[in-house]
Amino acid sequence: MGTIPILAAGANPLDAYYEMFLGAFGNVIAISEVLVRAAPLMLTGLAIAVAFRARFWNIGAEGQLYAGAILGSFVALNFADWPAWIHIPMMILAGMAGGALCALPGILKIKVKVGDVVTTLMLNFIMIILTSYLVQNVLKDPFTGWPQSAPIPDSATYPVLIPYTRFHLGIIIALFFALVVGYGLIQYTTLGYEIKAVGSNEIASRLAGINPTAVTIKTALISGSFAGLAGIGEVAGIRHHLIATLSPVPIGYGLTGVVIAVMAGLNPFWVVVVAFFFSIIINGSQTMSRVTGVPIFLSEIFQGLALFFTLFFMFLDQYKIRRVR
Amino acid sequence: MAIELLSVGFLVAMVAASIRIGTSLMYATLGEMLTERSGILNLGIEGLMIFGAMTAFIATYATNNLAIGVGATILVGLIEGLIMSFVYAKIGTNQHVWGVAFTIANFGLAYFIYRLYFGSPAVIPTVTPLAPVKIPILSDIPILGPILFQQYAYTYGAIILFVVFAFIFKYMMWGLIVTVVGDNPIAADTAGVNVYRTRYVAVTLGAIFMALGGSFLSIAQFNSFLFELVAGRGWIAIALVTIGNWKPMRCMVAAIFFGFVDAFQLRLQALGLTEITVAGTNIAIPFQLFLMLPYLLTIVFLAIASRTADYPTALLTPYSRE
Repeated sequence: MGTIPILAAGANPLDAYYEMFLGAFGNVIAISEVLVRAAPLMLTGLAIAVAFRARFWNIGAEGQLYAGAILGSFVALNFADWPAWIHIPMMILAGMAGGALCALPGILKIKVKVGDVVTTLMLNFIMIILTSYLVQNVLKDPFTGWPQSAPIPDSATYPVLIPYTRFHLGIIIALFFALVVGYGLIQYTTLGYEIKAVGSNEIASRLAGINPTAVTIKTALISGSFAGLAGIGEVAGIRHHLIATLSPVPIGYGLTGVVIAVMAGLNPFWVVVVAFFFSIIINGSQTMSRVTGVPIFLSEIFQGLALFFTLFFMFLDQYKIRRVR
Repeated sequence: MAIELLSVGFLVAMVAASIRIGTSLMYATLGEMLTERSGILNLGIEGLMIFGAMTAFIATYATNNLAIGVGATILVGLIEGLIMSFVYAKIGTNQHVWGVAFTIANFGLAYFIYRLYFGSPAVIPTVTPLAPVKIPILSDIPILGPILFQQYAYTYGAIILFVVFAFIFKYMMWGLIVTVVGDNPIAADTAGVNVYRTRYVAVTLGAIFMALGGSFLSIAQFNSFLFELVAGRGWIAIALVTIGNWKPMRCMVAAIFFGFVDAFQLRLQALGLTEITVAGTNIAIPFQLFLMLPYLLTIVFLAIASRTADYPTALLTPYSRE
């Protein structure tokens, strides 16, 4: 489906896809970069998958990512004398708390129907602007004067696991959270069941003795904390400073997370698979663009179209079931 | 260093600039308000504005004719509006997720087409932008003249459209129909109103206004299609509709107010100021606070005023006749 824009750009689609493949898998660095990119996508995708299951419409994974990065960086920068085995877990906890807090206003949904969509959307921009303020003023690196925080100490940096690449601990953490914590939560816990119950039929869930408000609040906190973890990964694993451009502009990891979660059918295992798929497309289209001259924005066209097709098939599916009945 | 806020010359220049800068927001807010009043939340607004800006720019660049630029924008708004209205009104479920898809796809397509057309030129391509129109006699009135009568044709258009829609929603049958469809589509259908058709019209008209709001940026306020040209104005429009309580005139005032906030923070940044003087007292205010204001106020509005908010009750709820 991405072939039409490639043809329009006057390139040979086979060449273009070949370059995309090379860009994603051409050498060890390329493969590790795909993993590096997939980590935040997995976590934002997971955050949205959990939220959407409870029909908590969290469009704000981007803001929660930044909120996590801010609180995590605070812990990272202020306790440089801690040993790594305390410092990294504390930073992760702070980041998850930041993301969770940032998702909490989304429960305004309980009062106004669009409260969650609009509030979480607005918090994206509040958090990005807040980060930009912090790195230009309070947290500005005193040595370089650039709009970024001072470098975080080694004790709070995710170690690189494969020498000469950027394959860092955060990738393992992201995989662990998606496949063990996220999957376990949804599949094997009471809360996972309650989330699903509230999402599929709020009135029935109330009759079954579930408190939908409490479940929505828990969902918001969990969802935000996953997105906050993505922010920590970007700071502690890749950038090593807090910066205001942790995520691509204007289609950041938060929005791509929506695409991933919906395409994955809100299932954490498929979130991991789809996150890899988009990571390959995003990284691969950079190489493809350099070599074949097809504009790099092909990657966003892919994302948009992929979401269209998913939603359209979901619609057809639903329609079919209704008709048979 | 600080600036004195309460000087007449400064205020007149600022208010005139707010209305000018607020023009793009006015179109976007009007479009989103109309859409939401019919019960549909269009999160595709940001992408559509970007696509509208690109269309207007390339059409104007290619033909050297601003009217063709505007015409092409309206056409694109119409076509995208028809697609969007089909999706939102007919498919209905997951409106907000469809909206995200529209925004991502439109963003990608707009910059893809722009790159295809221009490649990566060393000099940024520009067009001769639309010039402000001075209305004879009226524009010479002190204070009011520069504020109201030396604006772009786009700006006059936006104000007139808001007045027209305020009238429609207050006095005309169609305004009532849209409101009922947005509040209670089942009742509307029972009363013989064609819910789908009403939503098609509201969403499509809304989309045309959104595209026009984008085009104002690339062929009037600025003269090129830069990266980050629209810079979140679509999202701000969603905020403004909430702050404007889904009422046309309040939405217009909100758009102009945030034009003012934007003009003000731009001036603070340009002068490198970190504090302002209000009646002799210096107050340190980072310009980022002004950037945040529409988003912060929206959440405050939803938290505090939500019980009295006049939001369309059926917003986000799909409607299907079966």
